[in-house]
Formats: sequence, C-alpha cells, structure tokens
Amino acid sequence: MEIKKTSLNKLHQSNNAKFVEFAGYEMPIQYSKGIIEEHKFTRSNSGIFDVSHMGQLFIYGDESLTEELEKIFPLDLKNLKQNCSKYSFLMNEDAGIYDDLIITKIEEGYLIILNAACKDKDFEILSNLLGSKFKMNLDNNKSLIAIQGPKSVEILNSIINGVDQLSFMTGNWFDSDNQKLFVTRSGYTGEDGFEISISNDKAEKFVENLIEKGAQLIGLGARDTLRLEAGLCLYGHELDINKTPVEANLRWAISKSRLSDGGFIGSKKIMNQMQDGASQIRVGIKPEGRLIAREKTKIFDDTDKQIGEITSGTFGPSVNGPIAMGYVDKEFSKVDTKILIEVRGKKHPANVCALPFYKKNYVKGVN
Amino acid sequence: MSEVKFSKEHEWITLEGDVATIGITKHATEMLGDIVFAELPEKGSNVEKDGTAGVVESTKAASDVYTPVSGEVVDTNQSIVDDPAKINEDPEGSAWFFKLKIKDTTELDTLMNKEEYDKFAKETSS
Repeated sequence: MEIKKTSLNKLHQSNNAKFVEFAGYEMPIQYSKGIIEEHKFTRSNSGIFDVSHMGQLFIYGDESLTEELEKIFPLDLKNLKQNCSKYSFLMNEDAGIYDDLIITKIEEGYLIILNAACKDKDFEILSNLLGSKFKMNLDNNKSLIAIQGPKSVEILNSIINGVDQLSFMTGNWFDSDNQKLFVTRSGYTGEDGFEISISNDKAEKFVENLIEKGAQLIGLGARDTLRLEAGLCLYGHELDINKTPVEANLRWAISKSRLSDGGFIGSKKIMNQMQDGASQIRVGIKPEGRLIAREKTKIFDDTDKQIGEITSGTFGPSVNGPIAMGYVDKEFSKVDTKILIEVRGKKHPANVCALPFYKKNYVKGVN
Repeated sequence: MSEVKFSKEHEWITLEGDVATIGITKHATEMLGDIVFAELPEKGSNVEKDGTAGVVESTKAASDVYTPVSGEVVDTNQSIVDDPAKINEDPEGSAWFFKLKIKDTTELDTLMNKEEYDKFAKETSS
C-alpha cells in the first residue's frame, strides 16, 4: 500500500523533518532541533503538531443518535452540552478497547476524533452498530492541527479571534480566512492548547501563519515524550483490545450515571471490575538512576516472580530523568512500591509512582 | 597520537602507545538524536574486537556500542554517564567512551581513515 501524506508534508520537508511511517502515513518524527529541544519549546512556548492522520468522524442525527451512541459509549451523552467534549472508548463486549477517542457534541450530531491506526476499523464497527440511519463522514478533506503550550492561546487568538474564551474540553466554530473552523481547547501534552480542524487546502498557510507568530513545528518524537510525562495513554501501548478502561486506570472517564444501569457495550465487565477491582492495573514507573525501561521490559518482585510489563518508557526531558508506564499486578500498584525491571538481562530497581510525572497546566475555565 | 580511524559500527579510535581511546562518531550521534543514557564497560574487563562494549540510548531507542579492537579496559569516561548530552555536544573529543590497553595493533589496519569513513557514512545513511 502506498504511504499516505498529510497536507502539511511539503511544509515538514522544508522544515528539515526526519520522517517515519506511522499508521500508514509519512509523519515527521522530529525536525532539526531534535526531540528534547522540541519538547522543551512546547512546555515553555508553543508547539504545532500535525495530527491530520487522526480520524475526524462526523455523525449527524437527531436525539435518537444520542440514544444509540449511549448504547456504545460509557458516557452520559444526554446531559452533555453542545460543544463539550469527553474522552471515551470504543469497546467490545469484554470491555476490551478498540480505540480511545474524544467525542464532542456539535450542532447536528457528534464529532469523534479517532486514532490514525484504528480509524478505518472504528468506522466499520460504528457503521455496523448504528446501521444506515445516520449520516457518517470520516472526513479526509480536513486536516487536524494541534497547538500546545503556554503561549498557544495568545498566538492562536491573534489569528482566530475568540478562541481564548473556550474552556478546557470545549469547542466551537470560528470564522477565519473566509472559512468556518472547528476549534477545541484540548490536547495531548499536559499543556494548555487547541486542536483546529481545517480544510486541507488551507492547512499549510494556516500553519505558516502560526510559525510567523512564534510557534514551532514539533514532531511525533516529542509528542510521545510530552504525553508520557503527562501520564496519557497511547493506543497500541497502554491500551489495546486485551485491556479494559478499569485496568488502564481510566475509570474517571466512565460517567457515574451510566454505572448503575449499564446498557453500553462492555458494561457488564466494567461494572464487575469497578466492584472487584482488576487483577492488573496501569501505573507510573520511575527507574532509579538514569536507566531507561522501554516497552516490553519485564517487571519483577523481589522473589523473581514476574508481576508486569512496561508499555511505554523513555527519558522525560522536563522531568530530567527516565519515566515509564506499565501494568503491574494489583498488589504492587500502590505508589512507592519497590519493583525490579529487567533491562539487558539485569534487574534494576524502580518505583511505582503517581501520574502525571509532569504537572498539568490546563486552563480549567475562563472567568 | 596516531591518525583517527573509524569502524563500520560508527566508532572512532586513536592510539597513544598501546592505549587506544574509543568513542562514537559525530555522524552516529546525528543518527541517534538526543542521547539520554550511556553505559560503559567495567574497568579491568576484557573486550573483544567487534563485541559490545556499552550502550547508548536516545529518546527514541537503545543502541549497542561496539569496540573496534580487543583489549583490557583501563579507563572509562564517567562524565558522559552523568551527563549523556555531552555525547551530542562533543562526540569526537571530550565525550570519549573508554580506553583500552590493546593486544594487537594490527587490528587497526582493517579500519577506515577519515576520508573512507565519511564516504561510508554518506553512502549508508542515504
């Protein structure tokens, strides 16, 4: 299959991007300054991320759509206000996760942002579940640009006036350069920021404009170190079809009002696990010293019994040390539990720790 | 000090008497990106030509460091373990990895000179 390119591919090239294949797309892993500089720039200033490979699924329908979606997602969608977003999951009957996603209530329906590697399968699953009653559009004509970091609000507001009025996890339509843009205040870095849905033919000029105002392009490498410091899950690593939201320590994302009656796919398993606890749970892990524990690193207790596995691990540039996330048996999931990680055939000490590794700077609401 | 020689695994080596100093090349650091972890061989241990003699990790991945010649490790550069970013800053100078007392200086004959290495690096990275 031919590798796909986003509408910003040429811009990445002219900014000396190093490319990797990600979910069938040619994506920038880093630019000339490198991952650590890009990471720190995002934390202190404003980073631009091309996330156009992600799926933008628009589903249109009346109130019956809300009812149908509540049979799928563990969310109180009836009480979700227009332009408000929620983090959620598409699950199977065993509460195994097909994908994690952000769903936003829009005027005529819902917008769901899906992971690039999952979007086509998600579309198929949702089409089968919803039938032909609702109009569904996995929109390939739109790019998705994220801008993240403390200066992002000022920079973006100078181009799209009014975005500074958005609260965290809300969105709205804005007019800019003779087109309607959907902007949400959200992100994946632990910083304040926005995601902008924009037509492909306008994306390059829009990003050039952001760069002119002082923001810089950031690659997938720094996106990974940023999200890991923020304790956020990456599908295919922390989450997959064999993990449930309870095991992933994401029970906060399940609406409380949906737990008494269930009625969503996977609800039985979720309700059982909420009551009895899961046998393994996602935790933060800090190796002692500078040692890095990568994905698939085995975790042991002091009797040489394997008690878990690392799902993501790297060096955290803002934490200035190694950080990881992984799954451990329930009895080892308490903060400050001493564990051993096996790297290159030797066991090294590490500690279970609280998430996030880096404190968030989200804007909660606007006065 | 002898002429700097280079290996296909992107190490550089210089010789002073029978003690060789070994590090990784600038080209290697550019391929790796930001280096955030370094592990060196133990002082007093013996390493064999083309065997592993350390590890470097970037934000992205771990890579073995090989020794281009055999010998006994007589010194290691602790400063790059404490501050791995130094390897990106000065890979072919102050950020050397280890020193070996070598047994067989003819092992250096198979290595590349600067011109040969630059050509090799260019060909293999494109």
